[in-house]
Amino acid sequence: MSLKAFHIFFIAIATLMCFGIAVWQVVAYSATGSMAQLGQALGSAIAGIGLIFYGVSFVRKTKALHLSDI
Amino acid sequence: MSMEIRYIEEAHPETGLNNSKLGIWLFLASEVMLFGALFSSYIILRVGSADWPRGAEILSIPMATFNTFALIASSVTMVMSWASLKLNDFGKFRLYMGLTILLAFLFLVVKYFEYTAKFSHGLYPSTNTFLAIYFTITGLHGIHILAGIIVNGYLWGPGSTLWTTKPEMFTNRVEAAGLYWHFVDLVWIFLFPVLYLL
Repeated sequence: MSLKAFHIFFIAIATLMCFGIAVWQVVAYSATGSMAQLGQALGSAIAGIGLIFYGVSFVRKTKALHLSDI
Repeated sequence: MSMEIRYIEEAHPETGLNNSKLGIWLFLASEVMLFGALFSSYIILRVGSADWPRGAEILSIPMATFNTFALIASSVTMVMSWASLKLNDFGKFRLYMGLTILLAFLFLVVKYFEYTAKFSHGLYPSTNTFLAIYFTITGLHGIHILAGIIVNGYLWGPGSTLWTTKPEMFTNRVEAAGLYWHFVDLVWIFLFPVLYLL
């Protein structure tokens, strides 16, 4: 696996973690009503969306530059 | 008499990989077993414990969140440094690799403050089983971050002279360092929710 492929895998896992934390914080918010947890849920979801956009842009750029897949 | 080490720049016909990449993946396989054993210990200790504290009640989530984003950003700068070499832009390699090292330092500085806050509150590895496994895993991870700083620092500084004589070999070394760095980042991505949130 190349660094390029491992980076894509890493970004995918980090994205899943962000959405997982967002869901976890929403569940915690529904139990406690803490606005801090709602804020953290929102922040995590935004970070997850940001990582998706970054991942797609990374794949497109590396394809355009013909970087090695080996 | 000099002896040439083969398959450092080109792929080995049998593995389809150059030897440095095969070597780093074998090393990472051993690292998976090391951290896997520690994660397994954590699960066994937690499942077998009648009273296990929630990480969020003891540990600093804002500091850990900050560190998570620092490591994600460092993985981006690391891959950019390798891509810069592929595009023959050594100046940008120095910039991105320098940023990677700075972000790694930042991670360790935050970790230092996190640890000292625990010690000032009388929380040590001997306090309870949760803190014992917390300090063991995050301490070992911190040592890996330090090793990454040393390797990346070498490639950024004295090791970069190889670029002028053997650019392909140097690029392969940076890729191997990048694979190691991504693994260390990936370990943290699992550590953060497991230790701090659950």
